[in-house]
Amino acid sequence: MLPELGKYAATVLGAYALAILLIVGLVVLSLRQATRMRDRLRDVEERVKE
Amino acid sequence: MSIWEYANPKKFMQTSGLLLPWVTGLAAIALVVGLIWGFFFTPADYRQGATVKIIFLHVPAALMAINGWLMMLVASLIWLIRRHHVSALSAKAAAPIGMTMTLIALVTGAIWGQPMWGTWWAWDPRLTSFMILFLFYLGYIALWHAIEDPDTAADLTSVLCMVGSVFAILSRYAVLFWNQGLHQGASLSMDKTQHISNVFWFPLIVCMGGFVLLFVALLLLRTRTEIRARRLQALLLRERMA
Repeated sequence: MLPELGKYAATVLGAYALAILLIVGLVVLSLRQATRMRDRLRDVEERVKE
Repeated sequence: MSIWEYANPKKFMQTSGLLLPWVTGLAAIALVVGLIWGFFFTPADYRQGATVKIIFLHVPAALMAINGWLMMLVASLIWLIRRHHVSALSAKAAAPIGMTMTLIALVTGAIWGQPMWGTWWAWDPRLTSFMILFLFYLGYIALWHAIEDPDTAADLTSVLCMVGSVFAILSRYAVLFWNQGLHQGASLSMDKTQHISNVFWFPLIVCMGGFVLLFVALLLLRTRTEIRARRLQALLLRERMA
């Protein structure tokens, strides 16, 4: 399944793993902040309307 | 229709809400295709061996690290000149994305450098200017959080952004005018005879497109969050005053 990486397997896989971890972390954090803020704003807007 | 209409938060929320799913989908497709192509279907380089595959992460991340800051510069200038809040908030929203891209470029560069140069790090002009750019990103984010008044924070961070732009430009062109560094010249060029072989060039273009789209998708998402946060603050303040 994996391509032939030879003696650089750890180097290449390490670089990919770290970069993908950072990207996924950023995406998850951004989505969590977006969802939390949308819900908080919705609650306050409903409270203000009442 | 004028571009300044999008400076209206309501208009921005409407348009970005429509665009976001499409940009996100395209970013996901381009990233998956580009990275799978680059990782699984490109050969080892005759000098670098399999480490050449790191280029598909390193170059697009470095591209977005620099261009992310330049986007923040444009947004900051719009804020300073025209006082549009959406532009200040989009600059604020872009900073964590640019900082992550800079970190990816630094980390993947260090991992590649260890077997190729025999060192994780060298005080080379491009590496050093990139490290300073990373510190500017950290300082920019810290400054936004350190100042309570949002307009004052936007003013001061805009000035910081202009100063940091020197290093964003320097990190792009350092290899051209400082020849004593370890970092090689640009991998890409408009001149076909100068850039890398097509077998690496095509997947790299797809990866670069994927990183640009990822940046735009995250920028839209995070700017929407910042606009909502600003509205929340205003509502809470109004509630407290009533």
